Amino acid sequence: MQGWRKSLAAVSALVALGVLAFAATLASAHTTAKSAGTLNIMGFGTGDDVAETRAAIATKAVGATVNRPSGSFDDQQFLAAVASGNAPDVVYLDRQKVGTYAAKGAFQPLTNCIKSQKINLKQYRIPALNEVTYKGKVYGIPEFYDVRTILVDNNVLDQAGVKLSGLDTSNWPRLLTTAKKLAKVQNGKVTRIGFDPKIPEFFPLWAKANGVDILSKDGLQPHLNDPRAIAALQYAVSLVNAQGGWDKFKAFRDTWDFFGSNNEIAADQVGAFPMEQWYYNVLAGSSPKVKITALQFRNKKRQPINYETGSAWAIPKGSKNPTAACTWMKAMTSTSTWLATAKNRAQIRKSKNQPYTGLSTGNAVADQAIYKQTYTSINPFFDQAVKKVLDVQRFSFNIPASPASAEFQKAWMDAANRVLAGQQTAKAALNQAQKEATRAINAARK
Amino acid sequence: MATVTATAPGPHLRVRRWFAGFTSRETWAAFAFLSPWMFGFVVFTAGPMIASFILSFTDYSIIQTTHNVGTANYRTLYHDPDVRTSLRNTFIFTVLAVPAHVIVALGLAAALARVGRAASAFRTIFYLPTMTPAVAIGILYLLIFNGSYGILNRGLALVGISGPFWTTSPHWVKPGLVLMISVWAVGASVVIFLAALMGVPQHLYEAAEMDGASRWLRFRDVTLPMISPAIFFVVIINTIAGLQTFDQVYTAFFNASTPNGTDSSLMYAIYIFQQAFRFFKLGYASALSWVLFAIIAVITAIQIVVSRRYVYYEGQSK
Repeated sequence: MQGWRKSLAAVSALVALGVLAFAATLASAHTTAKSAGTLNIMGFGTGDDVAETRAAIATKAVGATVNRPSGSFDDQQFLAAVASGNAPDVVYLDRQKVGTYAAKGAFQPLTNCIKSQKINLKQYRIPALNEVTYKGKVYGIPEFYDVRTILVDNNVLDQAGVKLSGLDTSNWPRLLTTAKKLAKVQNGKVTRIGFDPKIPEFFPLWAKANGVDILSKDGLQPHLNDPRAIAALQYAVSLVNAQGGWDKFKAFRDTWDFFGSNNEIAADQVGAFPMEQWYYNVLAGSSPKVKITALQFRNKKRQPINYETGSAWAIPKGSKNPTAACTWMKAMTSTSTWLATAKNRAQIRKSKNQPYTGLSTGNAVADQAIYKQTYTSINPFFDQAVKKVLDVQRFSFNIPASPASAEFQKAWMDAANRVLAGQQTAKAALNQAQKEATRAINAARK
Repeated sequence: MATVTATAPGPHLRVRRWFAGFTSRETWAAFAFLSPWMFGFVVFTAGPMIASFILSFTDYSIIQTTHNVGTANYRTLYHDPDVRTSLRNTFIFTVLAVPAHVIVALGLAAALARVGRAASAFRTIFYLPTMTPAVAIGILYLLIFNGSYGILNRGLALVGISGPFWTTSPHWVKPGLVLMISVWAVGASVVIFLAALMGVPQHLYEAAEMDGASRWLRFRDVTLPMISPAIFFVVIINTIAGLQTFDQVYTAFFNASTPNGTDSSLMYAIYIFQQAFRFFKLGYASALSWVLFAIIAVITAIQIVVSRRYVYYEGQSK
């Protein structure tokens, strides 16, 4: 009898020790998070040279231990951290999410941070700042700045005998004709796309080209069923339908070797498509000999427009080290940091005999300095593209910060997908999207 | 001579017997060894389940003040068109996927049972795809089922069939997913069926053969009843998995880099995820989860009741 009692006591002691160890680990983690000299970052794990050079500079500026767990920003992870009382000190995320978190009170307004650290907001691009401004207060510091130009494969145009003027997005009938001329459909399969309108992702760009912002400046009133937005979606889908239809079009596009040396430009699989600027950097590395041209996306009035998006830094409520977080954000996005980073990247690329196309940041002053001081000519094609990227930055528009940005985005994306799949007309789909978005925003602003 | 009638003990007696068991050291030892699992169950399963049930009556969003909303979440989901759409998709997927999975797995297991020594090698080969991460299956789905350039349609073209656009056509998305998800991961079920087939007593086949039973009759009247517990197990497990389908479909259609999900590919678990972690409606997502739990419980209960008629356990009294 005594034997089994001893065994039971031993097992119980082991279980108790395990529970104690578990509790001690939790307590220790909590203590670590609380310590004043630590900055816990979420969404900014180890990255490329651009990330690491800036991180090294910012870490020095902060003068604290910096924790950067791997992985990009994840809503689920962030919510779990907040729920457990271990909110990170600073987060790095998509700018479009900042408004939603701000509306829910999850982020701190940066008024004090900007004032105390004397952060010069004028250096940041206005559309990027608009994206992180909610109800008149700034909740984020802009970082990268993605701009969209039309990437043209000169070979495809030459083969089809089409001039660049045929790709003018202000002239929709002519663009449709050009797209048909450039596209190839053989044996029931699309073998070349003439002009890819990039929907659903770039629907806001097409709507803007037709004269309408899909969301009001205060982020509270969707304009998804505006006749101009409906016409824009109809037109973008007609471009797809004229080049084989969505099924064949997407089936072909899904086969592209997007990041490889046999990418769609190198393989002449597409005539032109609107694309973010970072792709020039990809092309320069994977297929530097491609003959390309970058064009401005123009609205119906022939004015250049640019749909910008990007990333930002923000301080969550519950941050245990907001001062260090503020210092970090300032250091990461300052002109001197960007310039040092760009110089380092140019050097790295040069040592590897790889072309360097520059950086596109939310800091306008930094971009000018980067271009002037670090860019060296690659070839006439990439030189023109880089210049065009810099040029279109001043024509930017953005989707304003909204209390329900994710639901708003889902509403218009779903609508575009339904039209592409032939399930609804553009009018019916966007009417539905308007209702969904309005309901979501009204619920979120309460 | 006294007659002894065997009667089942009443509930009161059963409880007394259960407590009486604690006088035995083996009972204490068993509970001591079970305690880590019980701790894990209470903390990581039962606790969150109870919490989510309570949260389903609130507007919990983690980052905002929580209010009690009564049954509002349940009333909202009743009128939510996306709930109907996602439930319909999930049911259609499950109804197609489970029989397809069972038939393919049983067919492969039956073939393996005949190959003798090589069976173990084939068993490993069939099991390997089960090890593929769900995210990879989602990506593979887009490649294999590509309407113009996918391997599947190229194969169909060889026999003169023009394959559909599996990944974009609203009518073909679900059949495509069924083929990919249910058939791709048949390995585990093949192993279960193979073990069950090996366990069928040979003398039953010999007796049936002597009675002149054809191959089909031997399969229907001997094999199927004898492996019915395995079939029942596979059906139950796959029905539950089907109703909870998430990873592969999310990767293929709803990921940030593949934002082409339409009404036809929206599964119920994906809708729950969107409500919880994209729109921060965790109270509503909890209500949605409890509805799914109730549906799974009812379907499983029906399957268990039906199984009493069709599943044969050796040694059972009826």
